[in-house]
Amino acid sequence: MAEIVSLADAVGRAIHDGDAVAMEGFTHLIPFAAGHEVIRQRRRDLTLIRMTPDLIYDQLIGAGCARKLIFSWGGNPGVGSLHRFRDAVEHAWPVPLQIEEHSHAGMANRYVAGASGLPFAVLRGYRGTGLETLSGAAGGAPTIKPITCPFTGEVLTAVSALRPDVAVIHAQRADRAGNVQLWGITGVQKEAVLASRRSVVTVEEIVDELDPRPGAVVLPSWTVTYVAQVPDGARPSYALGYSVRDNDSYVAWDAIARDRDAFTRWLDEQIYAMSVTTGPAVQP
Amino acid sequence: MTYSADEMMTVSAARALRDGMTCFVGIGRPSAAANLARATHAPSLVLIYESGTLGAKPDRLPLSIGDGMLAETADAVVSVPEIFNYWLQPGRIDVGFLGAAQIDKFGNINTTIVGGDYLSPKVRLPGAGGAPEIAASCREVIVVVRQSHRSFVERVDFVTSVGYGSGPGDRERLGLTGAGPQKIITDLGVLEPDPETLEFTMTGLYPGVSASAAKERTGWDLAIAADPEIIAAPTPAELSALRAFGASKE
Repeated sequence: MAEIVSLADAVGRAIHDGDAVAMEGFTHLIPFAAGHEVIRQRRRDLTLIRMTPDLIYDQLIGAGCARKLIFSWGGNPGVGSLHRFRDAVEHAWPVPLQIEEHSHAGMANRYVAGASGLPFAVLRGYRGTGLETLSGAAGGAPTIKPITCPFTGEVLTAVSALRPDVAVIHAQRADRAGNVQLWGITGVQKEAVLASRRSVVTVEEIVDELDPRPGAVVLPSWTVTYVAQVPDGARPSYALGYSVRDNDSYVAWDAIARDRDAFTRWLDEQIYAMSVTTGPAVQP
Repeated sequence: MTYSADEMMTVSAARALRDGMTCFVGIGRPSAAANLARATHAPSLVLIYESGTLGAKPDRLPLSIGDGMLAETADAVVSVPEIFNYWLQPGRIDVGFLGAAQIDKFGNINTTIVGGDYLSPKVRLPGAGGAPEIAASCREVIVVVRQSHRSFVERVDFVTSVGYGSGPGDRERLGLTGAGPQKIITDLGVLEPDPETLEFTMTGLYPGVSASAAKERTGWDLAIAADPEIIAAPTPAELSALRAFGASKE
């Protein structure tokens, strides 16, 4: 059964130095408030897993929380680069960042394998790409390998399962028993939670009863470890039905992240100086 | 009406989409072109975004592939594993619409690193996203990219998404089920693969663009078709539709 706790408690209990952490949410429902709390609690040496690192991992990487990044697309959507991610890969600032790189299809299937209790997944993908030939080049074992179909002899691609220590997601609602409901673009969150040993779910609100919503994903309470109520906890991402994507903040992030000093100032003023209940703003 | 080279490129890309097609749309210029096509000659174009939105009908350009209006206007919203496994992988989608940081004469795309080597790159780009499997499994692929010495290279620094590999036979050998890139649409004109060598050849030029200008802005020894088509300038209807949903002119 999920325990309903504060965000600070959920992060403090679920996420430890050195953990492999998957904070998912595909553009929609990105768990920004939880990410900021991880920075605030100064976690170190994390392996961060996420299809689209987005601003949330740019911030965690820039704050020095990560040792390794497992990902498939590291840009600021519609804007350009993730400058903290680039600075870490290109100049090892603030600490070196090892990368394990995939395509979206590969990452999605790696979560499916993890959620399914399988060691790997099979897909048509990667054939002929540098991602396949350089898998493992950055250190660690290869995670992409060819595999022959035992029935047809066709050569396909195997990707190793993802089994994070912790999944962190944001959802629209939970009930008082800790059952979680999310809808709209639901991405890969169900798979990420089911693939992980523990999970933290922040929600817009806790309600008495989860009335049905079209296309909703429900995670039963017994699949979730901690639930924390954090209204607007996805900002500058959004929660369909509660908020809209703050596109201006995504654009404004570019100038902050481009400059180490501006970023450090943002960290001090918007993360470290804030308590968990006051939402950070992106504007410097 | 006057228009910019980028507007010409977006209009040209939109024209490459036929009504009723299913189109897997990358963000940025491909998205602008696909939305322009739906607003003009292809109202039944089915837009599919990798966020899992099938049949999205945005009334303005989304900044990201996961903007709320894509989900709110879609025929169906599916999970990310499902969009790739059930919809893209079996070859259900007619055309993949991609951008590129670098592209070579066989239509291989790089969006991973430029310069240096993989472990210590000079420039780290965002990476693959959905592109490798879009390039592999859509029935055909159209690439939209500005033409320059920097982007049009003899050999890409990293193969993120496979076009024709090193030439004829490579897609079959690799088991890639789609036909591969059929057009590269640039700010100078249109390139198509030579039927025999599969090397991209300039087959169309925009009004006022010379073959020598196209050669100059290409990092390989660009072949020009014997009688390249002069592509019609954007119509006022195309331009006003493009500007109406807020595509930038730059």
